[in-house]
Amino acid sequence: MTIILTFLQQAIRQGIIILFGATGEIITEKSGNLNLGVPGIMYMGGIAGLMGGFFYENSVAEPNGWVSVLISFLCAFLCAALAGLLFCFLTTTLRANQNVTGLALTTFGVGFGNFFGGSLANLVGGVGQISVAHAARAYQSSIPFLSDHLGPVGQLLFSYGFMTYLGIILAIFLTWFLARTRVGLNLRSVGENPGAADAAGINVTLYKYLATTLGAGIAGLGGLYFVMDYSSGTWTNNGLGDRGWLAVALVIFALWKPVHAIWGSFVFGGLYLLYLYIPGLGREMQEIFKMFPYIVTIIVLIFTSLRKRREDQPPAALGLPYFREER
Amino acid sequence: MRRQKEPLFQMSRREELPFLKAVFIRAVAVVLSLLVCALFIFLLTGLNPAEVYATMIDGAVGTSRRSWILVRDAMVLLCVSLALAPAFRMRFWNIGAEGQILVGGVATAACMIILGDALPAPALMLVIIVTSVLAGAIWGLIPALFKARWNTNETLFTLMLNYVAIQIVSYCVVFWENPAGSNSVGVINPSTNAGWLPSLFGAQYGWNVVIVLVLTAVMYLYMNHSKQGYEVAVVGESENTARYAGISVSRVIIRTMAISGGIAGLAGFILVSGSGHTISTTIADGRGYTAIVVAWLARFNPVYMILISFFLTFMERGAIQIATAYNLSEYASDMVTGIILFFILGSEFFINYQLRLRKKEAA
Amino acid sequence: MAQAAQPAIELKNLTKRFGKVVANDHISLTVNRGEVLALLGENGSGKTTLMNMLSGIYFPDEGHIFVGGNEVTIRSPKDAFALGIGMIHQHFKLVDVLTAVENIILGLDEGAVPDLKEAARKIQALADRYGFEVDPFQKIYRMSVSQKQTVEILKVLYRGADILILDEPTAVLTPQETDKLFQVLRNMRADGKAIIIITHKLNEVLEISDRVAILRKGEHIATVETAQATESSLTEMMVGKKVSLNIDRPDPVNPTPRLVVEGLSCVDAQGVRTLEDVSFTAMAGEILGVAGVAGSGQRELLESIAGLYPIASGRITYLVPNGGERELAGMHPREIRALGISLSFVPEDRLGMGLVGSMGMTGNMMLKNYRAGRLPLLDRKPPRALAEQVKEQLEVVTPGINYPVRRLSGGNVQKVLVGREIAAEPNLFMAAYAVRGLDINTSMTIYRLLNEQKQRGAAVIYVGEDLDVLLELCDRILVLCAGQVSGIVDARRATKEEVGLLMTKTRKVGEGK
Repeated sequence: MTIILTFLQQAIRQGIIILFGATGEIITEKSGNLNLGVPGIMYMGGIAGLMGGFFYENSVAEPNGWVSVLISFLCAFLCAALAGLLFCFLTTTLRANQNVTGLALTTFGVGFGNFFGGSLANLVGGVGQISVAHAARAYQSSIPFLSDHLGPVGQLLFSYGFMTYLGIILAIFLTWFLARTRVGLNLRSVGENPGAADAAGINVTLYKYLATTLGAGIAGLGGLYFVMDYSSGTWTNNGLGDRGWLAVALVIFALWKPVHAIWGSFVFGGLYLLYLYIPGLGREMQEIFKMFPYIVTIIVLIFTSLRKRREDQPPAALGLPYFREER
Repeated sequence: MRRQKEPLFQMSRREELPFLKAVFIRAVAVVLSLLVCALFIFLLTGLNPAEVYATMIDGAVGTSRRSWILVRDAMVLLCVSLALAPAFRMRFWNIGAEGQILVGGVATAACMIILGDALPAPALMLVIIVTSVLAGAIWGLIPALFKARWNTNETLFTLMLNYVAIQIVSYCVVFWENPAGSNSVGVINPSTNAGWLPSLFGAQYGWNVVIVLVLTAVMYLYMNHSKQGYEVAVVGESENTARYAGISVSRVIIRTMAISGGIAGLAGFILVSGSGHTISTTIADGRGYTAIVVAWLARFNPVYMILISFFLTFMERGAIQIATAYNLSEYASDMVTGIILFFILGSEFFINYQLRLRKKEAA
Repeated sequence: MAQAAQPAIELKNLTKRFGKVVANDHISLTVNRGEVLALLGENGSGKTTLMNMLSGIYFPDEGHIFVGGNEVTIRSPKDAFALGIGMIHQHFKLVDVLTAVENIILGLDEGAVPDLKEAARKIQALADRYGFEVDPFQKIYRMSVSQKQTVEILKVLYRGADILILDEPTAVLTPQETDKLFQVLRNMRADGKAIIIITHKLNEVLEISDRVAILRKGEHIATVETAQATESSLTEMMVGKKVSLNIDRPDPVNPTPRLVVEGLSCVDAQGVRTLEDVSFTAMAGEILGVAGVAGSGQRELLESIAGLYPIASGRITYLVPNGGERELAGMHPREIRALGISLSFVPEDRLGMGLVGSMGMTGNMMLKNYRAGRLPLLDRKPPRALAEQVKEQLEVVTPGINYPVRRLSGGNVQKVLVGREIAAEPNLFMAAYAVRGLDINTSMTIYRLLNEQKQRGAAVIYVGEDLDVLLELCDRILVLCAGQVSGIVDARRATKEEVGLLMTKTRKVGEGK
């Protein structure tokens, strides 16, 4: 019983990391931009948040955890959003290829994260291990009372830091936003048929910029959550690993709907960790189990291409540049 | 007086840019990227730009050993770029070179471990090469079959296969672990050197260079002078034209991806048999992704591929040197690569388009 | 209905030039409220250009537009909307995965969270008022073409348009659907809307319009009351007097059947019938012209013969010059070539199908026979020689034979394509819109080349859009109308009016009316 509870809790904690990434990427892809820079962006968000919190906590005598949270949150979001802005500038304004630009951004972002993560201590004059204890404690603090007075249910539902709930609420909100609001409708039309959107008087370029920048900011929060909550405010080189690509995969798995990404992220988190919880699994079989999230994604991909249900397809103009006819 | 609401710049596609002017634009982009990198390094280390580049040059080619490492790494990057070139000319987004390299590498390691003592050296080498190429080819074929049959999105399919390949490598590492508990394979056949690419004329990486340069020449011929290469170009340009010419589009997709994956598998062989003599999940080290940008920027021209591969590897080695000298993270090299790529990618726009200030219309 | 006419929109001396071509030459028109004006003209007569100036897509070079008596400037579709002008384009601008109501309110400021139910109610009310049938919550991709058109019209009405422009609205509709559309248009007319319908189907003009404005080659020929017009009077104004172009027409050389098409029917990917029971014989030593309004099945006809378009039923039989016959139906281009049949095809989409834009002349010369030779390597010598030869003989203007053909001018692109196809010494030569966009000199060169093929003894099938050219160049003309053969005439005796009537002779809308 306890082990199942731990498993579920860990699956959710894993899932939240990629949930942010996937939610951000869904918003981006809805505008027709396929940003393969998400893994890099998540690294950038993570390190920027860590650095923001670190500089704050190092510069005042009595750091306040929640101030540190605010600073690190803003740093992470802004740094990631800037990366998205760069992507959009290169692909939309300078018309560079989206796939190639995204991959370059991933190379850059992963390097950015690992470089500052690995060098920060030296750059500020050898303080040893960088950690942001105050912020991490605030990020990790679970909901008081509910988490420890309701037994296993309380632990399963209320034992997480605030970003867990933020991620879920954000995904639900954005699902509603995309489906119901005027801006959401306009955004969807930009990704589906920019020509039609343009004819209806929608500023396609503006929508692409906003969606890509905000989407990247949200994806960056996944890195922040990983550093602050999951890793308790410390940095490990390549610690985030391949979770960024898993976020890209989750977008497909969720069929471009953030609300599906919520349970999808828990499934991915579970699959990601399953090997640890199956008793009697040899080390080699563990490695096989780790393939599952990717194989499941491939199956979903094949399945959607076979079934061709229109609602399940990627935005029709995904990855394609849109330029109004040159006259 | 009619005043049209129009943007400040008028943008139009360039007819054709003289070769030298295109070279000039690219050179400006490279110089700008170097300046930004230098500025970045200056901000972190306080080195002046001249010192920065002196240190980088020292790091890349300062000693003969460093030069050889530069050559070795550039050759692998070039090899992967060559693998990707035909796929991309066909407009098939093969993002899976990373995985194709890994399965090639794992096949090489398997042969070295299993057959190392069983076969004479030349036969062993032949078996290793064939197996690694086949392994890579199969890895490339899987998404191609689905693309040809059901038009399954190849970008994401190949990407996912990278991680499946990584897990296959991890799986094998568990079996071949040496010493036990280290979670790594260690150097394979350290005493017999069975399955190691021998040195050539005393140069440890001599064969690497020969293999990749021969491959470059072959791929140049294949892409530009062979019937199959011609088909690839036609399919990439327009599937309708291909059908008009009587070319079977799905056959070309499948064949080209087998070739693309096969060469990536060969790169895996070079990494395992020709330089590391071990297998791990990190041998490809992101080259599968960097090579995409190399192939793309070189417009599939092998000569440009050589230049870009060397340039990127040079900057990478140089950045690592600076990082080591100042006790900073080696990942500086990835950032430097990223910055350079951004600039070159952005410069393409100015080669393809020209901007003109809009003339005021005569009233 | 013309009494006490209230002008909804007036055009005065509108002129639009594209380069040297005058697409609209000082055109003046008035459309009244409560009136349907038909804009009649052949392809390329300037109808769509004129309407695009009203809907804000083009800006006129000269002239004035008055809406409701006030002079206006229309710079963008938004300006047009604001003036109550709505255009229903031939190619719908709809987002497939969205519902009708979502498409209709797209881009409108209906509040941050639009009330779709309320919008749907309004749409339903509009639909009821004019007699549309629509399910506001149906997704576009589940709709038939006519349902999509309904959504486009509703989109315009929802934005408050009272001047509606419909570009070829019936081109994609069945007769029954056309009937329904016309009923809706009548209801809108009764409601006081001004309606402009662009068409070249005479029976529809006579059925729906109050007045007809006829354009020809960018000029406004006349505006007449429909009640006083007949099919033949309209045709005469539309096609004009026969113009002599001085194209040679040598006598057919020993005409013998070369290609026999029987009962050919095709269906496109959407399940719409594109060709229906087409039968004809193409003779060696003659030019068979194919006439018809755009999209009547010309492309499908040539592509199905060339093995590029799936055939639903029917036979395509090739008669070998020295005896024997071959069935081509259902074969791939490569299989056709393997039979030793020299079939040349100049497709309509030159760079998208006939040529590889990024390659030079040499690369394009070998497109169909690059497999020659046993080596796996390309033999570039013959194509290079051919490229030089084509360049010289057809006077292709190019910086070099390896210069990407995409960057050549339209005329030179066509010379490269035709040059290659002719060099194959075809027994059957097909060309679609071979002179589209070309200047007069290049066009004459192309006609000369077609005649040379005919005199060589090839069977030539030529799809054209200019009736004057077809009548002067061809020996016989096959007229397609909505995927069917509406007649095959002798080009030496037929008149322009005769062909024009065949082109527009659709199955009568609503039998028995």
